[in-house]
Amino acid sequence: MVGITSYGAYVPIYRLSRKDIGFMWGKGAGSGERSVANADEDTLTMGVEAAIDCLRGMDRRIVDGLYFATVSPPYIEKQSASIIRAAADLREDIFTADMAHSLRGASSALKAAEDAVKAGSAKNVMIVASDSRLAAPNSTFEAEFGDGAAALLIGNTDVIATIEGSYHLSSEFIDIWRKPGDTYMQVWEDRFIREEGYLKILPQAVKALYKKLNLDPKTITKAAFYAPEARAHGALSKAMKLDPKTQVQEPMFGVLGNTGTALAPMILIAALEQAKPGDTILFATYGDGADAYLFKVTENIAKVQDNRRGIKKHLDSKMMLPNYGKYVQIRELMEWEKGTIPSRKSSLPVIWRERELVWKLYGQKCKACGNIQLPRHRVCMYCRAKDNFEPVRISDKTGTLFTYSMDERAQEIVLPKVFSVVDLDGGGRFYSVMTDRDTSKVQVGMKVEMTFRIQLEGMELHNYFWRVRPIRC
Amino acid sequence: MESIKDKVAIVGMGCTPFGEHYSKDSVDLIVDACYEAFEDAGVTQKDIQAAWLGYVNSDIAMTGIILAGALQLEYIPVTHVENACGTGAEAVRGAAMALMAKAYDLVIAVGFEKMKDAGFGGIPQAFPGKWHPVYGAAPEVGGGVGRYALAATKYFSTYGLTPQEGKTMLAKVSVKAHRNGARNPKAALRNVITVEQVLNAPMIAWPLGLFDCCGINDGASAAIMCRTEDAKHFRPKGDYITIKASGIACGPGWGKERPDYDFVHWEETERCAKQVYAMAGIKDPRKELQVIEVHDCFSIAEVIAVESLGLVPKGQSKKDIDAGAWEQEGEMPVNISGGLKSFGHPAGASGGREIYEFYKQFQHKVEEPSRQLKRDIKLGLAHNQGGHPGNFVCGITIVGEPPAGK
Repeated sequence: MVGITSYGAYVPIYRLSRKDIGFMWGKGAGSGERSVANADEDTLTMGVEAAIDCLRGMDRRIVDGLYFATVSPPYIEKQSASIIRAAADLREDIFTADMAHSLRGASSALKAAEDAVKAGSAKNVMIVASDSRLAAPNSTFEAEFGDGAAALLIGNTDVIATIEGSYHLSSEFIDIWRKPGDTYMQVWEDRFIREEGYLKILPQAVKALYKKLNLDPKTITKAAFYAPEARAHGALSKAMKLDPKTQVQEPMFGVLGNTGTALAPMILIAALEQAKPGDTILFATYGDGADAYLFKVTENIAKVQDNRRGIKKHLDSKMMLPNYGKYVQIRELMEWEKGTIPSRKSSLPVIWRERELVWKLYGQKCKACGNIQLPRHRVCMYCRAKDNFEPVRISDKTGTLFTYSMDERAQEIVLPKVFSVVDLDGGGRFYSVMTDRDTSKVQVGMKVEMTFRIQLEGMELHNYFWRVRPIRC
Repeated sequence: MESIKDKVAIVGMGCTPFGEHYSKDSVDLIVDACYEAFEDAGVTQKDIQAAWLGYVNSDIAMTGIILAGALQLEYIPVTHVENACGTGAEAVRGAAMALMAKAYDLVIAVGFEKMKDAGFGGIPQAFPGKWHPVYGAAPEVGGGVGRYALAATKYFSTYGLTPQEGKTMLAKVSVKAHRNGARNPKAALRNVITVEQVLNAPMIAWPLGLFDCCGINDGASAAIMCRTEDAKHFRPKGDYITIKASGIACGPGWGKERPDYDFVHWEETERCAKQVYAMAGIKDPRKELQVIEVHDCFSIAEVIAVESLGLVPKGQSKKDIDAGAWEQEGEMPVNISGGLKSFGHPAGASGGREIYEFYKQFQHKVEEPSRQLKRDIKLGLAHNQGGHPGNFVCGITIVGEPPAGK
């Protein structure tokens, strides 16, 4: 049987209180908080986090394909999936594709993955969904949205939740859109969207699935489905004949926000984290139609539940943004003063030449003396053996902070820039920058781990590389 | 291998005031320093047979031609050298080697840097056009402060100093620099400061604050050199100095990548010191050196340099500093000129400027009489290092009293 064989998720460490949004604009902006990607994060980096979480403790070579679903990709022209593939250190001889343009991208990817595994063209296909949609300041979306990512591995061995059936509905209904060059999404009147849009289209697909599978909705253990906000989510529960108290997975609007393409998969993962063998889970997405799936949880679930950061651990590990201004700063909502330091250029040949380091964070281990070193050298720093190295993945290593400094004047959105000399567990030293840190807690000897981030916006490119952060959770 | 010791003499020197010379360009600075040196040696540019010119930033000049144009040198070789902050030492070294080889009889070594046309207070990027994540010295990925601050953090933690104790120790180094620089007419910062001011100054890169950092300035220095046996033609004995040793040590960069580097010593300085102490025959540098000019681009740089030069046991600078041992009247004066801290650091000019301090002290011609060291001056050390902790180039020149009979 084809189904989910693993899951992983990611929630950025920063949260913004909706009180602070309301205070900024002199209005009520709801209760709770929303997640906010750090200045060095985008949907691609969050996708890498989720992908790596999904493969924790597993052989990354088993993945035969990767779909990346988002409506907020870092590039309009340039695939993100291929970069996620490289950063997650997946094989090169796999198919990768971005599923962009629709909030339903995650379930489109799920369908494609399921079909590939069924057809035998792939054994294991990964779906990564990630969104960080920029909402117009003082818009309703600003308080509603959140940033986050989810990853699911689809295969037919060691399945943790089998696909029992699905129903797919395509609709030309227009509710929300963004043209190339638009900074913010545009939206039609909310009553039209609600009454003619998701309140009709999503239940239509779900009810069709009930009929197709001859399913009594009362038998569903948990339902994980998209809605733009909490009130609509409640209304949808009723429309789909589900008991909101017992049958509906909490949609996390109060602690996370609407993470767009990633929201339904994140709710699904939250459900899987608490699921027991035999549970049935309804999964439904919305956007340009709707997709509905029914999963049945197997006894393999426990193995994965024990070994993922997933939703809950990420939600529990957080830092509050001190005010709205900090949000404006890290999401770059304003045009800033121009820097006086001439900016450094990126060089694509350098990035390409150093791709094992830049994307995959590979160091090298001397075959003669065994010492790990990075970046690459031709001649060993310890024994001078020439061209006698084997690659070593550093991205999954932890390390100890040997020394640090906090530069208040570096070209960096979040200051100070915490320069970090990290001695890696297992050998080697990584000279790096620390992100997602509370500067009052940075100290020599603290443990850190690697995280894939944006470095500098040189040459109008997103320059990605690895940083370190305090061990997240 | 033949030692350079006492084979080459410096018979004339010039040094501009260091500072923000908004009304002077590179040529003005070069002319000011070189003409002071010419007049000092009693020569003209027509007597010069070859020149070595040090500057770091390729945006400010092209090749050695700028020197020929500035001084109207007629078709003699001018060699442009660059070795980061060791550039000044490298220019003197190149000139000395040529004299030693008897390829020329009278040469000039010039260092300059015009930094204040750039529009920002840092070191311009070293490799425009090349992007490399994290590694590299461009300000965007962390300037010198952030890098040296790594050593300060580690120094405190290694030797059990609380941040307050460590920062106070470093503050005393900066206070001393300002006290010395305040009396030096060629220094850029000529104000006396207090420990409290240093501790309360804005943070630049924790744990280093504003007064822990030297500035970036414009300046030039020049030295006219010949073989020691010819020195008497230019000035009387007792009025010229000889080169006792000249060393450069380029590190292989282990510190950034090998976990066995401790960030509390400068390996390149230790290795370079070994080279020059052997050449000069120095056994106990603390006792033998009277003028010690070290690279104090940051307060922590001076502390660790002094230790790595073998002048103080490792980790024990605080005792010395608290006792005032590095003050002008102390047991072992360090950076009596005011150092990079009060001069700023026009990279190519600093090495020559440090030798200039010894030259004037030795001749008892220090412009401001209160700065004159009241001791027998025989040997001085000029130390510079460029790059960052873990990956330096170090240049040291040892100069001193000519040997008896020469």
